[in-house]
Amino acid sequence: MSTWNLGSVERIALGEGRTFRAGELEVAVFRTRAGELFATQAQCPHGQGPLADGIVGAARVVCPLHAYTFDLRTGCVTQGACDTLRTYPVEVSSTGEVILHV
Amino acid sequence: MKKKLVVIGNGMAGARLVEELLLRGGKERFDIVMFGDEPYGNYNRILLSNVLAGAHDPKDIFINPLRWYEENNITLHAGVRVVAVDRHAKIVRGDNGGVEPYDDVVFALGSSAFVPRMEGTAQEGVFVFRTLDDCDSILKYIPGRKTAAVIGGGLLGLEAARGLLQRGMNVHVVHLMNHLMELQLDRTAGGILQRTLLQMGLRIHLEKATCEILGQDGAVTGLRFQDGGTLDCDMVVVSAGIRPNTQLAREAGLTVARGIVVGDDLASPDDPHVFAIGECSEHAGKTYGLVAPLWDQARVLAERLSARKPGATYHGSRVATKLKVMGVDLAVMGEREASTENDEEVTYAEAKRGVYKKVIVRDGRIVGAILLGDPEAAPGLVQSFDRGAEVPENRAELLFRLDGGDGRAAASLESLPDEAQICNCNGISKGDILRAVRGGARSLKVLCESTRAGTGCGTCKGDVGALLELAAGDAVVEDPSVHYYVPGVPLPKPELVEEIRARGLTSVSAVFRELAGGKEDTASKPGLASLLKTLWGKEYVDERDARFINDRVHANIQRDATFSVIPRIYGGVTSADQLRKIANAADKYGAKMVKITGGQRIDLLGIKKEDLPHVWRDLDMPSGHAYSKAFRTCKTCVGTDFCRYGVGDSTGLGIAIEERFQGIESPHKMKLATAGCPRNCSEATTKDIGAVATSGGTWEIYVGGAAGSRVRKGDILCTVDSHDSVLRYMGRFMQYYRENAKYLERTYDFVERVGIEEVRKVVVDDVEGIGARLDADIEASVQAYADPWKEVPHVTQFSEKLEPLEPVLARASGE
Repeated sequence: MSTWNLGSVERIALGEGRTFRAGELEVAVFRTRAGELFATQAQCPHGQGPLADGIVGAARVVCPLHAYTFDLRTGCVTQGACDTLRTYPVEVSSTGEVILHV
Repeated sequence: MKKKLVVIGNGMAGARLVEELLLRGGKERFDIVMFGDEPYGNYNRILLSNVLAGAHDPKDIFINPLRWYEENNITLHAGVRVVAVDRHAKIVRGDNGGVEPYDDVVFALGSSAFVPRMEGTAQEGVFVFRTLDDCDSILKYIPGRKTAAVIGGGLLGLEAARGLLQRGMNVHVVHLMNHLMELQLDRTAGGILQRTLLQMGLRIHLEKATCEILGQDGAVTGLRFQDGGTLDCDMVVVSAGIRPNTQLAREAGLTVARGIVVGDDLASPDDPHVFAIGECSEHAGKTYGLVAPLWDQARVLAERLSARKPGATYHGSRVATKLKVMGVDLAVMGEREASTENDEEVTYAEAKRGVYKKVIVRDGRIVGAILLGDPEAAPGLVQSFDRGAEVPENRAELLFRLDGGDGRAAASLESLPDEAQICNCNGISKGDILRAVRGGARSLKVLCESTRAGTGCGTCKGDVGALLELAAGDAVVEDPSVHYYVPGVPLPKPELVEEIRARGLTSVSAVFRELAGGKEDTASKPGLASLLKTLWGKEYVDERDARFINDRVHANIQRDATFSVIPRIYGGVTSADQLRKIANAADKYGAKMVKITGGQRIDLLGIKKEDLPHVWRDLDMPSGHAYSKAFRTCKTCVGTDFCRYGVGDSTGLGIAIEERFQGIESPHKMKLATAGCPRNCSEATTKDIGAVATSGGTWEIYVGGAAGSRVRKGDILCTVDSHDSVLRYMGRFMQYYRENAKYLERTYDFVERVGIEEVRKVVVDDVEGIGARLDADIEASVQAYADPWKEVPHVTQFSEKLEPLEPVLARASGE
């Protein structure tokens, strides 16, 4: 496991997601309106849709390509037939920076 | 002392038998043990094509989840294949080494996909289509692949083709016979069905025997036919028929012909403790591949085993079935062709509309029928067929509803016996539905959910609704959510608008907070954003996360996650200078395709997301809004500028329309056109709004036209005599539509729902006295418009992906 500093939490717009590259790995990091942070694999397992471009609501994300919907907490698909997303631990450091563990 | 019943097979037949047995107190009589190959509860195989098409979630097709087995004390060996039945020792052996003794055993093994002999079937990308796992494997293989071939043009093959088509594939159906679905349809019906399917985009190859699946590096690349021809494809689904699963029965020493032979008692002639039902069985020389016979057999066997009616017997099923083939309504029953000299065939064919009806009458009674494209005639015919009722003297009454009234459908449902099957997909009878209504299911939604009726292909939903009305009368409760503007806020549009205005809710999060108990709903966000912008104009508080990605980045996301960019070219009239700018941007940003669109604009496809702001800057043209639910383009012909026939300046009008209404949000996209004469070269009568010049110097304004997923000629809203008047009535109609349509309701659905007379009364005759207000509101929206490509880019969307940072070795929290 490696740890990455993604910088200030403000780099992820409130209620949206953003793709980061950690080494070879692409990770989508989401910041919900309730202030929670989640990190998952960047592409939808179904058609490789960019999940960070999806619509986020509560703790769910809807893939922009075909509307497969995932629970950000577990990575489980809640609408559609699709594999579970890999999720990664993510937290905010005492200095306000986003720390990702992959 | 309870006896032990072992059911081998946990599919539609096995599980249905156990359900029927439980209903008849079977639990007191038997300890029930079931074996299922697949590691799931049992599911509705009929709906697999919907799963493939993405219309159903796999979890929605489960009939009984694993919990159901537990609750009913049924031992289920899920994922265990039975390898032997020892009739002398009366035991069943599983492939996990387990052994179950039995007093009675039921074979409900179903059938398997039949794969005709051909080379190359072992390659990657060759599938059958029979189980949930098959479906899953197919879905996993689709990404990145374009063309699929389905071998087999029977019901299941066409269902698979529909699924693939809906997943965006190019789909070829390869069929051995000279018409589609030859088991159910005669040649004429097959031809009409083919024509309908071609129009849906399917490619069909008849009389083609596949002898080899071609491949490269172990993966499919195409098919080779016996006639020497080939077809390129990336994947193959073989759906060439089914074979009853009989191996286990053969090995147990039971008589097997095509299926496991059973008598009227559904027991094997070799052993009174061995039964067989469903697709693996053969009764009176017949095997069945449809659900209705299986329901009959399960019921009869349950009556025998439960000893409710120990003498119950099965006498074969008259197969009348409603099928939903790719959205085409089809009902078939009994025989397909006249077979005796005295048989009468009554037929009606209308190929263009995809309608074909044929009834075969013998001795004054229906012995067979095919009904394609006319779902309304089906229930009456099925009923006459089932009951062997005498047909009317005027045979036309069989095919057409000559009374013209709707009363007959309800009346015929009323007279149906309780056992009559209403939902074929789930095997739900009229009695089941009536019981659920009496048990308190008073809305269509609750009724469908509790009985599962109507949750399959959906063709019976009208009948279920009619039964609900029959049984509950005034007590029918309409499910309120069908009237909600968006699913996550429990208010119909007028009430929602009232609350938003009264409480001054100017942002999407405020609406969730105040009107939905703080619960965010992703599906509701774009609809609310659109409504709020329509209602508040400049006061609207824009929250980017409420927008779909297209509206966050003002471009259209494509299947490979790049974007397409369409600059606005007013009225489709451009210049060399604009073309140069577009060409330069295409080069500089590596557009993968430059395409003239159906709206006469130029689309730069394959632009990387992070390049979008640079593309706009370089283009220095306004946004063409190919992405929003908004006014898109106004297609034009050359009108009086150059055309010999033009009688009105359609180009000038189109430009004026586009300049005025650019970017106006609405419940759905609006595509417009103007035509300079009734030759209508710009197809203005099939647009959301269109204007056609007539020789009298006037313009006819059409609304509610469509030429997309369906085709509809627009209705004339009014005829006016100047460009200004066209702009005024178009704007007034737009505003009326914006205020009253449901989210994602196109103008053509809206106009049909409201009625053109009603629209005309409000928009043209101004009977409600709101004309001036509508004019003012659309004007305010026009004034509030700002070109999104001129906005400061949304930095957190467009900043480039981070380069790898130095890993932080110790966790920041100090753990």
